[in-house]
Amino acid sequence: MTLATTDDLESDAHPGPLHRQTRLLLARAAGRAVSTLSRRLGLGAGGTIGGRVLLKVAPTAVSALARDRDVVLVSGTNGKTTTSALLATALRSSMPTDTNTDGANTPAGLAHTLSMGNASTVVLETDEGWLPWAVEQTRPGTVVLLNLSRDQLHRHHEVGRLAAIWREAMTQVDLVVANADDPDVVWAALASRRQLWVSAGQHWVQDDNVCPRCGQQCLHAHGSWSCSCGLRRPEPDWWIEGAELVSGTSRVPLGLSLPGDFNQANAAMAAAAAWSRGVHPQDAVRHMRRVSTVAGRYAIREYHGRSTRLLLAKNPAGWLETINMVAPHRGPLVLAFNSDGVDGRDPSWLYDVPFQRLSGRRIIVVGRRATDLLVRLEMDGLAGVGRARSVAAALVSLPTGPVDVIANYTAFQDARRELSRAERH
Amino acid sequence: MPSDTEIAVVLIYPDILGTYGDRGNALALVHRARARGLAARVIEVSTREMVPESAEVYLLGGGEDSAQHLGLAQLRQDSNLAKALGEGATCLAVCAGFQLLAREFTGSEGNTEQGLGVLDVACGRLPSQRAVGEIVTEPVGISGLPMLTGYENHLGNAVLGADARPLGRLVRGIGNGDRRTEGAVQDNIVATYLHGPVLVRNPALADHLLERSTGPLAPYDDELAEQLRHERLEEVRHRGNRH
Repeated sequence: MTLATTDDLESDAHPGPLHRQTRLLLARAAGRAVSTLSRRLGLGAGGTIGGRVLLKVAPTAVSALARDRDVVLVSGTNGKTTTSALLATALRSSMPTDTNTDGANTPAGLAHTLSMGNASTVVLETDEGWLPWAVEQTRPGTVVLLNLSRDQLHRHHEVGRLAAIWREAMTQVDLVVANADDPDVVWAALASRRQLWVSAGQHWVQDDNVCPRCGQQCLHAHGSWSCSCGLRRPEPDWWIEGAELVSGTSRVPLGLSLPGDFNQANAAMAAAAAWSRGVHPQDAVRHMRRVSTVAGRYAIREYHGRSTRLLLAKNPAGWLETINMVAPHRGPLVLAFNSDGVDGRDPSWLYDVPFQRLSGRRIIVVGRRATDLLVRLEMDGLAGVGRARSVAAALVSLPTGPVDVIANYTAFQDARRELSRAERH
Repeated sequence: MPSDTEIAVVLIYPDILGTYGDRGNALALVHRARARGLAARVIEVSTREMVPESAEVYLLGGGEDSAQHLGLAQLRQDSNLAKALGEGATCLAVCAGFQLLAREFTGSEGNTEQGLGVLDVACGRLPSQRAVGEIVTEPVGISGLPMLTGYENHLGNAVLGADARPLGRLVRGIGNGDRRTEGAVQDNIVATYLHGPVLVRNPALADHLLERSTGPLAPYDDELAEQLRHERLEEVRHRGNRH
């Protein structure tokens, strides 16, 4: 048996520059190999497992790989995948840009994205709980803060705590592109050196009624908000009027392919962030219009005559926005619901969602927590709701024509896999 | 109460106390009352409104520390809830709601704060980490109820004084933090750490609260709610409560 000497331990803890570089090279190669293997075995996109291997071999890989690159972090409870995709698309019109397209937004995913490309600009969708760590590691020039609301409470516990750790992290950031309509976001963003305020809108205000600064009541009226302590909605630099993106110097029709008010808001955040990198809003929007699907969302797939649109809704704010989007239609709906770790183990928040607005629609429920959802719909007096063992089974029991499938995170992945499998056969 | 009287269910401060879908408790009460042909409605009272003086059931939900403080300050200014409880109105208080009815609880800075004091309970902090997961208890504070199922997510404990008795004996989970009990029952008040929402997952408890005003209710077998109870209890039995 060989005992490690203090020198050995020291050299391992503080490797020299050459040692560090070799280790990083080896780690990148190992990470890529594992990622490719995972993809070929059909275990997923491979980003997370590849990143885990990379971080195991080179724990400081993220800071090393982010050095000398212009990193933009995008975080928030909802919209981070779409906003990152829109921002990367807008930036690519002017500069090479890498981004984590598969939604892998924890350290392993960030490490993998940074290791797979060499573009000087990197847009990283970042899990809201991991944002302080990502700021520390990547030293981003800009952080885009979208919104904060209740989500996965078994993991995050309290929205207020997230706002507090965001604020602490933003003290290290030069520019924050921030949603002026979300008090938690504004409070956090004010800790950075500079802010670009975007009125991205906020239909969900249940988590915005208590002031994040003083704990008194935050008053919301006429599209604005304020607290007696002086914290109030800042005057936005960018906002949306009808279907136009407006700033002090420009007015651009959005005309997005992506549906819903919330995607207009995501586009506004992305356009403002792109502008901070020198991309004219006209050019940014022109490129963003071409984005019609993001990580499988909004994509329409034909399944035995049912034109199936997949929509992701992970938490009450997301369900509220999605219900607003589908409410004007009368077509049937499939609602898919699980409570695996990333979905949130406790689905009590179903009672915060205004399902009664779907009254009169043909609805079929699927998923591992379908019973919770069925009881929820019963409490809102929705009658005749069906149940099926899978999205595919639900679809074939419905008449041909358009069907919207609304699913939370793992239920969405299940539905996507199911329909892809069906397309291949 | 006369059969043609409407049952008023007051949901107190859903704008700040309702982080865990606690609105569902109000919906469950109304649903089960209407299933028996009784008129019932939910009265939502925001932090800017006065709590009605007379209603059949008052509900307090869960919330974050700052919301709990704000709610307590409001309820100190508006004495209607305390008055109604003093006159025997039924109350269900969940999580933060439980703590603010207690004699004292632990504030966000670790300091001891005075609650409304209508429950002979002192809430402090759990000795170990936050309690998060499925919870199952066997009711002891109210007779004739089957096993209770819920989801807990809290940092607080509960030490019961002589006037309060536990709602349940702990089968799975953390509950009051003494390894034995969960919740508190004192006269007309039922307090618990169980979310779920607790009255959706436990229809018999919902009926118990209603029957305090209505007298014995006709049987109503809600198959879906029973299936949900069965699934949650089975899940805990097979996979444990912390997975």
